[in-house]
Amino acid sequence: MATGRPVVELDAVTKSFGAAKAVDRVSLAIREGEFFSLLGPSGCGKTTTLRLIAGFETPDAGGGEVRIGGVRVNEKRPYDRGVGMVFQSYALFPHLDVRRNVAFGLQQRGTARADMAHRVDRALELVRLDPGTYADRMPAALSGGQRQRVALARALVLEPKILLLDEPLGALDLKLRKEMQLELKALNRSLGITFIYVTHDQEEALTMSDRIAVMDLARVAQLGTPADVYENPRTGFVASFIGESNFLEGRAAGPGDGWVDVAGAGFGFQVRPEQPVAAGQVIRIAVRPEWMDLFPVGAVPPGENALPGAVDEVIYLGETIHVIVALDAGIKVTVALRNEGQLIKPLPWTRGARVAAAWLPEDAQILEDDR
Amino acid sequence: MRRVPRGVMVAAGVVYVFLHAPLVALMVFSFNDSKFAATWTGFTLEWYRRLFERDDILEGLRRSLVVGLVATAAATVFGTLIALALDRHRFRGRRTVESVLYLPLVTPEIIMGISLLSLFGLVGFPLGIGSVTVAHIAFCISFVTVVVGARLRGMDRHLEEAAMMLGADEWGAFWKVTVPQLLPGIVAGALLAFTMSFDDYVITSFVSGTGSATLPVVVYGMVRRNIEPSINAISTIIIVVTSLLLYLADRLQADRRLPSTVPPPSRRNH
Amino acid sequence: MTRRRRLLAWFARRPGATAAAMLGPGLAWLLLFFLVPIGLMLVYSTMRRGTYGGFVPGFTLEHYRRFFDPLYLDILRRTVVWSLACTVACLVVGYPVAYVIARAGRWRQLLLFLVVLPFWTSFLVRTFAMIFLLRDSGLVNGILLALGLIDQPLALLYTPLAVTLGLVYGFLPLMILPIYASLEKLDHSLLEAAEVLGARPRARFFQVIFPLSLPGVAAGCLLTFIPALGSFLTSDLLGGAKQVMIGNLIQNQFTVARNWPFGSAAAFVVMGLVLVAVLGYLRRRDVGELVR
Repeated sequence: MATGRPVVELDAVTKSFGAAKAVDRVSLAIREGEFFSLLGPSGCGKTTTLRLIAGFETPDAGGGEVRIGGVRVNEKRPYDRGVGMVFQSYALFPHLDVRRNVAFGLQQRGTARADMAHRVDRALELVRLDPGTYADRMPAALSGGQRQRVALARALVLEPKILLLDEPLGALDLKLRKEMQLELKALNRSLGITFIYVTHDQEEALTMSDRIAVMDLARVAQLGTPADVYENPRTGFVASFIGESNFLEGRAAGPGDGWVDVAGAGFGFQVRPEQPVAAGQVIRIAVRPEWMDLFPVGAVPPGENALPGAVDEVIYLGETIHVIVALDAGIKVTVALRNEGQLIKPLPWTRGARVAAAWLPEDAQILEDDR
Repeated sequence: MRRVPRGVMVAAGVVYVFLHAPLVALMVFSFNDSKFAATWTGFTLEWYRRLFERDDILEGLRRSLVVGLVATAAATVFGTLIALALDRHRFRGRRTVESVLYLPLVTPEIIMGISLLSLFGLVGFPLGIGSVTVAHIAFCISFVTVVVGARLRGMDRHLEEAAMMLGADEWGAFWKVTVPQLLPGIVAGALLAFTMSFDDYVITSFVSGTGSATLPVVVYGMVRRNIEPSINAISTIIIVVTSLLLYLADRLQADRRLPSTVPPPSRRNH
Repeated sequence: MTRRRRLLAWFARRPGATAAAMLGPGLAWLLLFFLVPIGLMLVYSTMRRGTYGGFVPGFTLEHYRRFFDPLYLDILRRTVVWSLACTVACLVVGYPVAYVIARAGRWRQLLLFLVVLPFWTSFLVRTFAMIFLLRDSGLVNGILLALGLIDQPLALLYTPLAVTLGLVYGFLPLMILPIYASLEKLDHSLLEAAEVLGARPRARFFQVIFPLSLPGVAAGCLLTFIPALGSFLTSDLLGGAKQVMIGNLIQNQFTVARNWPFGSAAAFVVMGLVLVAVLGYLRRRDVGELVR
């Protein structure tokens, strides 16, 4: 796993294109050996951040510092940074066969021929491509998944300490993608290389990463482990981008830091804030569907928040069942219930039934402002 | 072939015949054993033989080749650099550059011819092979830029970046990755530029002065003065050579998807 | 760091300088040998003609005013009319070809090649081919005589018909290719949708195919009209002394008549017409599209 030392650091890095900021005062410290993901929607700045680390973009003047191994690299060209990269389109050289593609970097370094052949073979085996079958093929004769492996081999053969990956699995079909996710994670562990991974797929990030930086509008919205980011989303953006969330909002009835009553429009609930809140302060919470439960009105266990409403839709998803409840207060919430087998233990709720949607105050996440 | 109305197919067929018949007739009659076309009297290579006796044709051919090679070389270098700059870099004034670049393609040749003549006259530049070459480079640059530019657009931008991440600097990446990818486009552009230069009459006629006739200028004189089948013979040779060059250029661009055969020069001889 | 790397790093920090260095030589050449000469010509067109055909400095618009003379207006009119006729003819004749190629599947490349091939052949040779066919002792007359359809050779050469025919022959591929490009991009599901909604073949063509191919049609018309305006070789060889287009006038002024200022003015009138056509087109389209 990762040791504590930061191997890549971004220190208040800003990068603008014209008047628009693609990366806005982003600071990150990525640890040696970890699988670190940059996650966010299109245009959030994650790819630009990766390219800043690679060296294809430089920070604005006075726009912070990029450090690799503790050394400032703002002025260093990509070929001097000693970092490996796998591109979204794989970028295999079409005019070279697989062997020569993988050997390209070794050639640049003047590696001895005998050594080269051996290392190329080993790299191909590492990505589970048999050198005998594939080494002499041209990229055009390979499938998407095979090309991806060659791109990986080409980067890994140079034994980099850091590997950058720019949405490498986007073009693959679902099954292959899941397979590759596990393989990449395994390589990260076995080789001890720091992986910096860009993706817009939150499930992928949650599966593979040691830590995730969720980005939005050129800033880091939240940085933490998958559990941190999923279970304690800091902002509304993170709560809705990762997984699903129900949002409720109201004003604190009185100051406090123990149990605080919150009054919304026609409903009320309790929260347990980490920090003291003022009276009248706007409180916004996110409650994930799976943290909510449904009870008959009036039969809610004590200590839980409950809001009455009527069942609007029941959606069968196999593993879970999503019940959409139209609350009397006018909002709709989604409650996810485990499916224990509709034939054995069917859901007691049907459309139109009166229910109370309930959750434990500790399970709600109090959100900060998005900015 | 998807459903196409019979009438349309026939019409298209007629047009194809219209496009090719005159040239085919020209070529066929270059072997005709009669000075006055129209009827076929017998096969002969006399007219071809006569071509070789004519110093003016041989001289013209030599000059056309020299001009063609030099102009092509220069225009290919300039044009490729411009295409690369346009594709890879963002800069202000891009629109202006593109306009300047495309203008020669839509400007009637006669205007380019006389304007250059005026310039040469003003500065006292002597008219001859040199002035012709200068003019040819001018009208070929834009063309190479377009052809190479099209090829660049189809190229994965990340290839050079990948090379750089593997340790090659910009110079190394250019020669090891960009050029091999671009080469078919560059060669196609060069072949087409050469064809344009070789075939040019209008501009050349204005800036070559007397005594520096290139092949088209000589042929013009032949057409003007006396029509004899030697003209058919030289025409046939020109047609065959041009077709070969064109075929090569087409093969080289074969993996493009659009009107993948060679794009026509939009302002050619009128 | 090696010297080379240092130089590359210097350039890498300055994308503007890199772009300038690469654009420099080519653009300089174009500037010097294309733009400057044209500017020079503009200046000349406002100067007086010297006694022996040179220039005498002194601003005058007399050369432009000459164009209002009926003789020259006539030439202008003839040029524009023939160019338009050529454009229309090319459109009518070329559209079916573009259509067939767009539907051709695997024959596409070959058919395209066959369209482009005659076009790349020297214009001079192609014009001569026309002469070869149309002259009194030419092939057309020969065939007609042999078939007994006529007694005397028809005077086909040196007529407006010959010139227009020559123009069409010369520029037809310029009409076909842009239209083909437009048609190729046509989404066939649109046609299927139209068919399902009850449109017959004719309706499908006029209401779906043709309107969607208009960008190509517009480009083709522009690419045909402009060179036709400036052409002179066709009218020179196929038209003889009587069928004078502006191009011939210009050439005349620069050779026999030795009236460079007037010739320059005439050239600018042509440029003016070309610019009008191009601007009209550009109001709706992008230059880059034209070139593709």
